[in-house]
Amino acid sequence: MAQRPLSPHVFIYRFAYTMATSIFHRATGVALSLSLLLLVGFVVALAAGPGSYASYMSLAASWPVQLLLAVLLLCFSFHFANGIRHLLWDAGIGLERKAARFSAKLVTVLAVLATVALLALFYRHGAAP
Amino acid sequence: MSDAAQALSQALGRGSAHEGAHHWRAQRLSALALVLLAPWFAISLALLPDYSYAELYLWASSLWHAALLALLVGAACWHSMLGVQVVIEDYVRGWLRPAALVLSGFLHVLLAVLGVLAIVRIALGS
Repeated sequence: MAQRPLSPHVFIYRFAYTMATSIFHRATGVALSLSLLLLVGFVVALAAGPGSYASYMSLAASWPVQLLLAVLLLCFSFHFANGIRHLLWDAGIGLERKAARFSAKLVTVLAVLATVALLALFYRHGAAP
Repeated sequence: MSDAAQALSQALGRGSAHEGAHHWRAQRLSALALVLLAPWFAISLALLPDYSYAELYLWASSLWHAALLALLVGAACWHSMLGVQVVIEDYVRGWLRPAALVLSGFLHVLLAVLGVLAIVRIALGS
């Protein structure tokens, strides 16, 4: 393929945080794709019996994995909230600049709140997910 | 459409294949399914009294839970495959692109089949 100029020329734009939500949507999406391995691993371990399930859960209980799971939960909450924002855009709702900037802030705040709420539920008995 | 399929279409003078919006539509359809399924999964897991094998097995073996869980795994793999496809098409160049697309497709289908079979096995209690 010939070397043609690529569009859009992202580096000539002044940075706006709506750009950050856009690229984070993609980045969190890729992270969630990788965490499908964890979800399918979980049901496969559960199907394989108590021994496999115990090994899976003891791996999940270590603090680096707990930290990873918490970050993935944040990725999930953000991708979920921002995904609804995208679906509303597809329906023609909230496309104006002011509305898009407001909803960028809104989904970020909602994602953090949802993550904190889910983590509080998961840890309410001191039990690790 | 692949380049080869496109070249063939052009040679045969078929005009538009009328499926340009398919990827876009499937991405949104799977997103809508996940808008319902993902919160159900997260909240019902979070509300379980504990995460022992017995508790999880009992939860997953109920017919409704197994059905929704299988739909969740299917919709998540489908949505993920479509999303990863766009990322590969945007960033991977040369011969690596078709290779990455095929690999991603195979892995996503493998994950979906593995996940659904595991859920069916739990639901049937075998």
